[in-house]
Amino acid sequence: MTANPVVRLLISLLVVIGFIAFNAAFLVWVERKGAGHIQRRIGPKEVGPYGLLQTVVDGVKLMSKQLFVPDHVDPILFRVAPLLILIPAVMSFVTIPFSDVLVARKIDLGLLMVFAFASVNVLGLLIGGWGSGNKYAVISAARAVSQNVAYEIPMLVTTITIVMITGTLNMNEIVAQQAGGFWNWNILPLGKNFLLAAIMPISFLIFFICSLAETNRAPFDMAEAESELIAGAYTEYPGMGFGVFFMGEYANIIVGCALATILFLGGWQCPFGLFPGVHWFLIKLYLLIFTVVWIRWTYPRTTIYGLLNLSWKVLIPFSLSILLLTAAILKVL
Amino acid sequence: MSNYWSDVLGGTKSLAVGLGITIKAFFQPVVTMQYPREYVKMTPRFRGHIDLVKNEETGGPKCIVCGMCQKACPSGCITLAGKKPEGSKKKVLTEYTLDFTKCSLCGLCVESCKPGAIDFSKEFNLAGPSREAYVFDLIKRLKERS
Repeated sequence: MTANPVVRLLISLLVVIGFIAFNAAFLVWVERKGAGHIQRRIGPKEVGPYGLLQTVVDGVKLMSKQLFVPDHVDPILFRVAPLLILIPAVMSFVTIPFSDVLVARKIDLGLLMVFAFASVNVLGLLIGGWGSGNKYAVISAARAVSQNVAYEIPMLVTTITIVMITGTLNMNEIVAQQAGGFWNWNILPLGKNFLLAAIMPISFLIFFICSLAETNRAPFDMAEAESELIAGAYTEYPGMGFGVFFMGEYANIIVGCALATILFLGGWQCPFGLFPGVHWFLIKLYLLIFTVVWIRWTYPRTTIYGLLNLSWKVLIPFSLSILLLTAAILKVL
Repeated sequence: MSNYWSDVLGGTKSLAVGLGITIKAFFQPVVTMQYPREYVKMTPRFRGHIDLVKNEETGGPKCIVCGMCQKACPSGCITLAGKKPEGSKKKVLTEYTLDFTKCSLCGLCVESCKPGAIDFSKEFNLAGPSREAYVFDLIKRLKERS
């Protein structure tokens, strides 16, 4: 791995964009199949074997639609907003380690960078809603921002807990510290500290709920709310403009699940300390993504009040007390 | 404050129960019918449009061309005709048309038929490109069935 850093970065960017595009297409299929089986029907099955080509066909349909820009929109903001959702998600992948060597850049402040880019995502939503020049889109965008702000806090606080335990912001280092079996993983660190093992599962739960809310997934998809608000902040977007928003959403799901894998589930480490590698990372990643789909088709959408109450009354107090407890445990013991 | 804790714990528990229910449904077999490839078997009491009943001895229709069904039909959608062949006393059915665009499936024709020569079909899957597609030639249908 002594290639020119620029070449290396370009190659990894291409790979990451391919990975995201493939996953976005594939995840839409998984989503529809999952929904189908949970509702005890089959889901897509006509186009290609097991309906695998369904999303490709959907993509072709979206691309063949006219890119209609309404008169009353802000022309620049309207066009920039989908990219503001997608590009930060792509950028986050630069520091996410798929395995010991499969990482674009091992940055010491990798975790900070991922969260910095993750918060740009909100800006994309807000600009999309505002640029549409439509009061309903603005209202949904405002709701989405209040939601994202509310859930960023507990998410960051739980991440700080992990950073306190591992003492680093470098994600490669965080995973390396969880080596040697599932009893060393941060979700249940029995091998490291029994007291921490009692509170870390709650921490993982908080992180996972927050990453669901951050990516506007059900039951927290207030920004889009396809059945009630007619795609909320994206109402005015036609064809592939809407498609790019969705690709960004799916890319964000992958980032969220990858982060949960790295911070809590030991990244590319094997549960029994044998043969660590990228396959373990992908298995854990896709199990988490399946859980996301599973959750979406289980719970009905919350109200905005229920959503904010959950964050401010439950998640934030819990995450703060976990932070204090962790500090106490690390300092005293 | 106790309310708060019961909310948090009870809520978490009920969410977990919900997840359990959906994952069970995920692994249960599919119950929907793959419609264009599979059909429902209709119940014996299903009343579709009428069809001629086959006479098992002769292979032709049981109909004696009395015309009672035509008279009983309030919307006048049944047309039938028959003629006596040379040297026979009984009429033989030559034409039996049902205009299903007018039929209200009242079943008066079936009730009025003394020999039991007409019956409801189990056909529910009717779709056609024109009105004319619903003028059924029941003799032709009878031949196609046998």
